[in-house]
Amino acid sequence: MSATGHDEHGHEDHGHHHKETFITKYIFSQDHKMISKQYLITGLIMGFIGIAMSLLFRMQLAWPGESFPIFEALLGKWAPDGVMDADIYLALVTIHGTIMVFFVLTAGLSGTFSNLLIPLQIGARDMASGFLNMVSYWLFFLSSLIMVISLFVEAGPAAAGWTIYPPLSALPMAQPGSGMGMTLWLVSMAIFIASSLLGSLNYIVTVLNLRTKGMSMTRLPLTIWAFFVTAVIGVISFPVLLSAALLLIMDRSFGTSFFLSDIFIQGEVLHYQGGSPVLYEHLFWFLGHPEVYIVILPAMGIVSEVMAVNARKPIFGYRAMIASILAIAFLSTIVWGHHMFISGMNPFLGSVFTFTTLLIAIPSAVKAFNWITTLWKGNLQLNPGMLFSIGMVSTFITGGLTGIILGDSTLDINVHDTYFVVAHFHLVMGISALYGLFAGVYHWFPKMFQGRMMNKNLGYVHFWVTAIGSYGIFFPMHFVGMAGVPRRYYQNTAFPMFDDLTNIQVLMTVFAIITASVQLVFAYNFIVSIFYGKKGPQNPWKANTLEWTTPQEHIHGNWPGAIPHVTRWAYDYSKTYENGEYIIAGQDFVPQNVPLQENEEELHH
Amino acid sequence: MTALLTLTVLVLVAIAIWQMTKIFELSQLKTEKAEIANDTDNKNNGYLLFAFLIFIYGITIFCFAKYTKVLLPEASSAHGGEYDQLMWVSFAIIFFVQFITQALLHYFGYKYRGEEGRKALFYADNDRLEFIWTIIPVVVLAGLILWGLYTWTNIMDVNDEDDPLIVELYAQQFNWTARYGGEDNVLGDANVRLIDIDKANILGLDEADPNGEDDVIVKELHLPVGRKVNFKMRSQDVLHSAYMPHFRAQMNCVPGMITQFSFTPTVTTEEMRLNPDVVDKVKRTNAIRAEWAAEGRPDSDPWEFDYVLLCNKICGKSHYNMQMKIIVETEEEFNKWMAEQATFKQTVAPAE
Repeated sequence: MSATGHDEHGHEDHGHHHKETFITKYIFSQDHKMISKQYLITGLIMGFIGIAMSLLFRMQLAWPGESFPIFEALLGKWAPDGVMDADIYLALVTIHGTIMVFFVLTAGLSGTFSNLLIPLQIGARDMASGFLNMVSYWLFFLSSLIMVISLFVEAGPAAAGWTIYPPLSALPMAQPGSGMGMTLWLVSMAIFIASSLLGSLNYIVTVLNLRTKGMSMTRLPLTIWAFFVTAVIGVISFPVLLSAALLLIMDRSFGTSFFLSDIFIQGEVLHYQGGSPVLYEHLFWFLGHPEVYIVILPAMGIVSEVMAVNARKPIFGYRAMIASILAIAFLSTIVWGHHMFISGMNPFLGSVFTFTTLLIAIPSAVKAFNWITTLWKGNLQLNPGMLFSIGMVSTFITGGLTGIILGDSTLDINVHDTYFVVAHFHLVMGISALYGLFAGVYHWFPKMFQGRMMNKNLGYVHFWVTAIGSYGIFFPMHFVGMAGVPRRYYQNTAFPMFDDLTNIQVLMTVFAIITASVQLVFAYNFIVSIFYGKKGPQNPWKANTLEWTTPQEHIHGNWPGAIPHVTRWAYDYSKTYENGEYIIAGQDFVPQNVPLQENEEELHH
Repeated sequence: MTALLTLTVLVLVAIAIWQMTKIFELSQLKTEKAEIANDTDNKNNGYLLFAFLIFIYGITIFCFAKYTKVLLPEASSAHGGEYDQLMWVSFAIIFFVQFITQALLHYFGYKYRGEEGRKALFYADNDRLEFIWTIIPVVVLAGLILWGLYTWTNIMDVNDEDDPLIVELYAQQFNWTARYGGEDNVLGDANVRLIDIDKANILGLDEADPNGEDDVIVKELHLPVGRKVNFKMRSQDVLHSAYMPHFRAQMNCVPGMITQFSFTPTVTTEEMRLNPDVVDKVKRTNAIRAEWAAEGRPDSDPWEFDYVLLCNKICGKSHYNMQMKIIVETEEEFNKWMAEQATFKQTVAPAE
């Protein structure tokens, strides 16, 4: 079934290749493990910027119009006398969204763990194309760089919201950020899309072709299934965003009218005629909605794996989990219209999208129930990675349930674009995906950094404060939305009906500051552990998957000898004979490369 | 109020720090087993998971107790009642599911915390269980979908039955303008290309269209109670969204096209000001505003309740302050007000 022949020859001579220099090893590396670390560290740095921005605008929301020295220090001319300017507020919101969705949760999460785990867990020497993989990372780096540079242009960075709806994003006279800042935003995203496509194609080809002998698709760990399907959705939907970006570039720079029509601004009529902003919304959300699953599916895969390992139990309903990943992936491409119920599109279309949107709740519910059942009667090893996995299920449920309201076109009318939406998606994809990222980092840190482990006590502090803080920020936020407060308001003081919400804003901001500060504990733990972390055993979590059969020291080609063959699925935890004895005496797990024992039944689900 | 919230936060921080130090102390005892959770870690974190469940319930109860009063008052439109009903039923379902699933998740986390030598149950599959929890969401969601779609179709069916009042909502950075059809209740043709600021034709009405002559252009939206209103939305520059939260109404304004929304206001502004929830809210708000006035903050005069139209689609620098007052009044009051307004023909400068 898998292309084993490829592995058997050709790669056996690894290890005594040409000599590696600093540049080929650490910078222009084609080794998937190094590229994965590059993705992670770039993603974390971008995350630091994105979260810092959110603190700035949260402070403005809680104490509108107050002067803060930190605003003046960080924003300079955009905060005269320390009071934040309304334009830069919108820019901060925009870049926060862009960075968190694309640079942290797409590249930082999927890029990191797809690169690290796909070859290691399927039993491959490396990605199908190491070179393309390297190009993919460096394009990502370039796009990150351009996005950061765009923060410093004269008229300010893009400020039309992360969805950059035209005409606001197309007309520099509508908003200063729609000048050079928006041009750089579009260039950066175009490069990002190229990077994402190269990466995704590589992941797909690798999973399909380079599985080791015996690793059938139904023996893959759920992480790989999630990464694989994520890559497929990416390949389907990212090109559409590229087309939207290209058409927008043409409208902006070459005078076409794809998205613009009948515009009178600053005393003159523009020449645009016949285009429609609604067309842009369709193109954007054709990516934009699958994008949220591109963000959450890898987190789901990581959680499934980390949870099964630490519960010392097989993941419950392995095939149902795969089926729900596939169902979510399929449905994710036909629900984009639920972002546009009140955009002016035909209400009948809204009905169709309501139907498909609520359908997607079914596979999501199945996943949540299966995770809960995985914990039942387990022997839970509450490592930081496991806690983040449990936390992810909790926030995914809390955030996902409110999707029932937003996905219903009727109910969406009054909460559309309010803080209710902000609360919903931050819990269900923001926080949940971040928890998935953290779970992955704590769990696979030893695999990334030569067996060194992160400090568990700092990990516990990190988890518990983050868990309380996240609910503290986003749970009350639902009420703000239900009170009718629109998102992307620089301040709510223009409406006396929102005055009695000021103390909720303060509460959320205080929680945000606490939660963000505790991420510094994580950063400290991460950096110190890279250099001084205690070395653990080769297989610290006693996991079944193949990555733990590789030596702690990284070698190019992953396994010093032959690639192990696989004879069972990845979830034989606590499996016993009929008499109640473990399959391997004294050990509650059976790695995938251990052959079926005598009298052992292959309980393959 | 703020003091109480700050206090709550401080208490939570204190608890967090206390737990941290506890974890640190406990971990000092045995450090030899590297960074993998041992029985003590499992026990502590198992208890914390249980405590976290209580925290989730706690914050839910806290928010409901303290913040229910900030929510929008009951709907002031004909379809709003059904909207609110669907909302509360959905919420009932959501909180039921949330209550149970969070309980199971965290309780299992606590109950099955790891212990050296405990044997986990190899339990990989159960078709019947999985069928049950697939079919339950299917049935519940089918009900919600049907109800939601029925309501949606009713709300979005903008038609000319029952002699609706025709009103145009015109959006631009950063203000709203309303235009009534006037005597004939028909809006004259308009296009941004016909805007002539010098002649005070700010909405670009076609001066050659007789339907437009009696149109009334105003900066304050007056609506007669009990009469259906068909809104036609236009925008002259970027996307805006006409959001009227008290009426459970919202529609984007898109340059280059006319979008529509329709509702029947059922409660006049005067009646709404007597609604106990609103009275309470105004009282609270004015107490806050009195404090602000004492501090010398601007814009802190006492507030009187009014319906309001907000912009709810990011539109630029002053997006946060793009609003128009809505006044719902009796038919007579409305007619009287309308009679006082100048028509387009009267306001537009004569052609040269």
